Amino acid sequence: MKVTINGDFTDINDGSTVAELLEFLQIGRERVAVEIGLEIIPKACYASHIIQEDDKIEIVHFVGGG
Amino acid sequence: MSTQRDAMVIAGREFNSRLMVGTGKYASFQQMVQALEVSGAEIITVAVRRVNISDRNKESLLDHIDLKKYTLLPNTAGCYTADDAVRTCRLAREAGLSDFVKLEVLGDEKTLFPDNEELLKAAKILVAEGFTVLPYCSDDVTVCRKLEDLGCAAVMPLGAPIGSGLGIRNPYNIRIILENIKIPVIVDAGVGCASDAAIAMELGCDGVLMNTAIAGAQDPIAMARAMKLAVEAGRLSYKAGRIPRKLYANASSPIEGLLA
Repeated sequence: MKVTINGDFTDINDGSTVAELLEFLQIGRERVAVEIGLEIIPKACYASHIIQEDDKIEIVHFVGGG
Repeated sequence: MSTQRDAMVIAGREFNSRLMVGTGKYASFQQMVQALEVSGAEIITVAVRRVNISDRNKESLLDHIDLKKYTLLPNTAGCYTADDAVRTCRLAREAGLSDFVKLEVLGDEKTLFPDNEELLKAAKILVAEGFTVLPYCSDDVTVCRKLEDLGCAAVMPLGAPIGSGLGIRNPYNIRIILENIKIPVIVDAGVGCASDAAIAMELGCDGVLMNTAIAGAQDPIAMARAMKLAVEAGRLSYKAGRIPRKLYANASSPIEGLLA
C-alpha cells in the first residue's frame, strides 16, 4: 500500500505495524520518534499500531545542532 | 571560599560545568567528540530531524555520544511557529532521552531572532506538559520575566545573532535581566571568542551556550579548551568581586618613603 515516509511516497506491505516498518527500514526503535498524521505514536504502541493506506509518516532522530 | 562547589542548578539538577555546547557544524563526529570532551560540557544541544531512510549506512549522532556523561538538550531549531516547536519537543521527548528542551521559535530568517509572541505561546504549552523548558529569547527583561512567570527552568537571552560571533552586544540588557530574574540566565548565541564567554560570566550569568564559536574556529579543540577556561575564569572573576571603575588613578605603590 502507498504511504508517505519523511516526505517521500513509498510502497509498504499492507497491514504493517510501526515496529515492522522500522525493522524493514533497519531503523533502531530506541533513538527515534514516529509520528503518523501529526500524531506521535508512543513507543509502547509500535508493535500494535497498524499503518493505513495514505498515512503520512515521519520518523525523526537526533542530529548535530546548536 | 574558592574551593566550595559552585554548581549550576537547572530544574533542581546540578551541573559542574557552566559551559553548554552544541553538536552541530563540526568537521566530523570525531572532532565533535573531542571538542565536547575538552570543553567539559555536561549539557549538549541536539537537533531533531528526519531519519535518512535511503541511506541506512549513515552514522548516527548518538553512536558517538556517551549518554551517561551528557544531558541532551534537544532544540527546536528551524521552527517558526509555536505549533512546530511544540510538535518538535513532543517528538524529542518521545525519542526517550530527555525532557529538557531548548525552545527556539524564530521570527526572522536573516537574524534568526526569536518570535517572542510564538515563543511565549509554546513555552506555556510545554511547561504545562511537564517539559523542562530552556527558551532561547531576546535580551529583553520583559520577555524573560514572562518566560519565568510561565514556569520555564531558565532563560537564555541571546548575546548576538546565532553564529555571528559578535559577542555580547548589549551587556546592559543582560545585567538588567540578571537583576530582575531569579531563574538561571544563560547567554545563548553570538559568542565568538573566549573573552565573550568570560564577559557573559563576569556580568553574573549562570552559564553560556555556544556552538559555532567552537565548531567554526580554526582549531575547534583549542577553542573548546579556551571556552572552558574562559567560563571558569569569568565565573571566578564575578565571584571574586571586581574593583570599581574609577575616572582617576589610584596608585598601587605607597607615597611614603619615596626618594627625594
